[in-house]
Amino acid sequence: MSRVAVPPSPASSSDDPWTGVDEDLPRPIAVRYSLQDKVFLQVVRVLAFTVLAITSGIGIFLGIQSVPTLQHYGLSFFTEYRWLPSQDIVGIAAVLLGTIQVAVIALLIAFPLSLLTALYITDWAPGWARPLLVRAVDLMAAVPGIVFGLWVLIVIQPRATEVTHWISKYLGWIPFFKVRTDVDYPIWTQAPGYPSYAGSAAIAALAVAMMIFPMATSVMREVFSEAPAGEKEAALALGATRWAMVRTVVLPFGRGGVIGGTMLALGRALGETISVVMVISQAFEIKPYVLESGTATISALIASGFKEASPAQLSALLTAGFLLFVMTLVVNSMAAVVVARSRGGGVTEL
Amino acid sequence: MTAVEIAVEAPVEPAAEAVPAPATEVLRRAGHRTREDSLTLLGAVLGSVATTWVAYSQVLPFSGSVGFVVIWYVVFVAFYAGLTALTHPRRIVVDRVVAAVVMAAPALIGLALLSTVLTTVWKGMPALTHWNFFVDDMAGVRADDPFTKGGIAHALVGTVIEVCIAVAIAMPLGVATAVYISEVGGKGALLVRTVVEAMTALPSIVAGLFIYTVWIVNLGMETSGLAASLALAVMALPIMARASEVVLRVVPNGLREASYALGAGRWQTVWKVVLPTARPGLATALILGVARAVGETSPLLLTSGASTFFNADPTHNPMNSLPLFVYASVSTGSPEMEQRAYAGAAVLLAVVLSLFLLARLAARGRKNR
Repeated sequence: MSRVAVPPSPASSSDDPWTGVDEDLPRPIAVRYSLQDKVFLQVVRVLAFTVLAITSGIGIFLGIQSVPTLQHYGLSFFTEYRWLPSQDIVGIAAVLLGTIQVAVIALLIAFPLSLLTALYITDWAPGWARPLLVRAVDLMAAVPGIVFGLWVLIVIQPRATEVTHWISKYLGWIPFFKVRTDVDYPIWTQAPGYPSYAGSAAIAALAVAMMIFPMATSVMREVFSEAPAGEKEAALALGATRWAMVRTVVLPFGRGGVIGGTMLALGRALGETISVVMVISQAFEIKPYVLESGTATISALIASGFKEASPAQLSALLTAGFLLFVMTLVVNSMAAVVVARSRGGGVTEL
Repeated sequence: MTAVEIAVEAPVEPAAEAVPAPATEVLRRAGHRTREDSLTLLGAVLGSVATTWVAYSQVLPFSGSVGFVVIWYVVFVAFYAGLTALTHPRRIVVDRVVAAVVMAAPALIGLALLSTVLTTVWKGMPALTHWNFFVDDMAGVRADDPFTKGGIAHALVGTVIEVCIAVAIAMPLGVATAVYISEVGGKGALLVRTVVEAMTALPSIVAGLFIYTVWIVNLGMETSGLAASLALAVMALPIMARASEVVLRVVPNGLREASYALGAGRWQTVWKVVLPTARPGLATALILGVARAVGETSPLLLTSGASTFFNADPTHNPMNSLPLFVYASVSTGSPEMEQRAYAGAAVLLAVVLSLFLLARLAARGRKNR
């Protein structure tokens, strides 16, 4: 830290100009806008409040639409796991659990990768490669979800099922990794009548992880790159290795960004639709077995169930959508607060 | 003592009070790799590959490429640590292990991304190499027809029309909202900002469900390109407003004050000073918003219907679009349609990539100013 002494300005040296400040009251300023400005202000205000009406209207509409459903099903809407609108049995317990499972697994995959990639970009990559890597991450954020969904479905799933088969075979005693089938059957001939490994929450989470990775990485990288250069150089000058410097300076400084970026990514993961719809085989069941075929998420439920929905079922779907929106909103707001605090009142751009 | 690991970058600006250095003194390259370092790395790589190969495919009953790579990587890190530990203190060993782990993450993601792009283009090649893929529609084409029949012209046109209408709705409203928040201010602006920021959390599928319920079920409109545009606009509006507001906020206040000091009014300041200054940033934000809208599938799934025929009228009849075409083609399960889906995805990727490059060009304008 170099603190340069400010040379005394000529004004403050001889006679103090601040003595007269008390008598010098501010002059009242009358604001009189020209016609042009009046029109401009009114037009912009009307447009902005139109947007306010539209956006808040959506939230209110979803909220109102979910009232009849909640009245009709009551608390059982949250505890019932089956989704059988034709028999008037509708509940989102299984869907909610599936949504959270997919999002959390995606986060477990994406979080270490984002953290390490962000650190690599700010602290390990050679100077010339940094802007290229930043651009590549931004570009990855623009890759449509359907492309990742297609890739996971056709390229990754055949390999991923081998891995999940292996995990369930040797680590199946951990409830999460269990698959209720005969694990000794080879992967290419499934035990008949039992769940298989394809279309599980874990494999859908791979696609979601690809979708949320760029967002988490760019938030973390931005915060890491703001770590004070003076302290980093001081650590190196004291003989710290690069890792020691990162551990003592960059990571403590960027903790808020790491948490905030992760939560923003979680918010995105909860609402991710198309890549999940492509991969999962839908099943309404409460189970911890994330490697087993069959799961359901709110977004996939909406995407697959809207077409045949009667007005009452549509209301149930809207309630599920409203719940999804509220979850995302809470997670995003918390993330925004954390990121803003870590940047000292800065802005979140995503 | 190894100074090797201390990779201080050369100081960017020479210190102002620097004593003139003797001409003979050459700046030592920090972060330089000695021959020993390189050979340690090489040895660890070769040793780990050999060990893993012997153990994995000859001794132990394992198979599969994923397992090989994972075990090789673990063995490599162990070997690298062991070799380094022969000559270096513990903290250097830790540093190198961490470096190996840190570099694996971007390598893995890079491979995944490369694999995504290459498979998409590669598997789409058979369909992409027929020119009719770009000028025909799928009307009357059966799933197992050869690639000389059928194409995605209807989906391309649909995507362009839907995204154009959505942007025509969302962009003016978004920029006006951003101007209101950042240039007019006040309590109303705070309210608008809070609500708009909250609505950026709206999942795209819920935006689609909203338009489906209101426009198609309650108002009785047909599934059409316009409904899809509305869904995209609802989704993009908060995002564009927020991105524009961030751009407007970084316009230096000095410019506004200078404009007012010259006697300009509010409108003149916004129109002649703030917006021109923010133009490159706004352009970038908006193009990135468009890129996101182009790739969005879920709102379209609910609102536009999927046609196989050419339809340039957004107000009547279902309209297809690129993401929807890809989704519908994969769902059929036929191998030919799967390849068409890949080809459609490759075109979609190309569209997004060119929009991204456009955004880069727009952003470059800022630096030249």
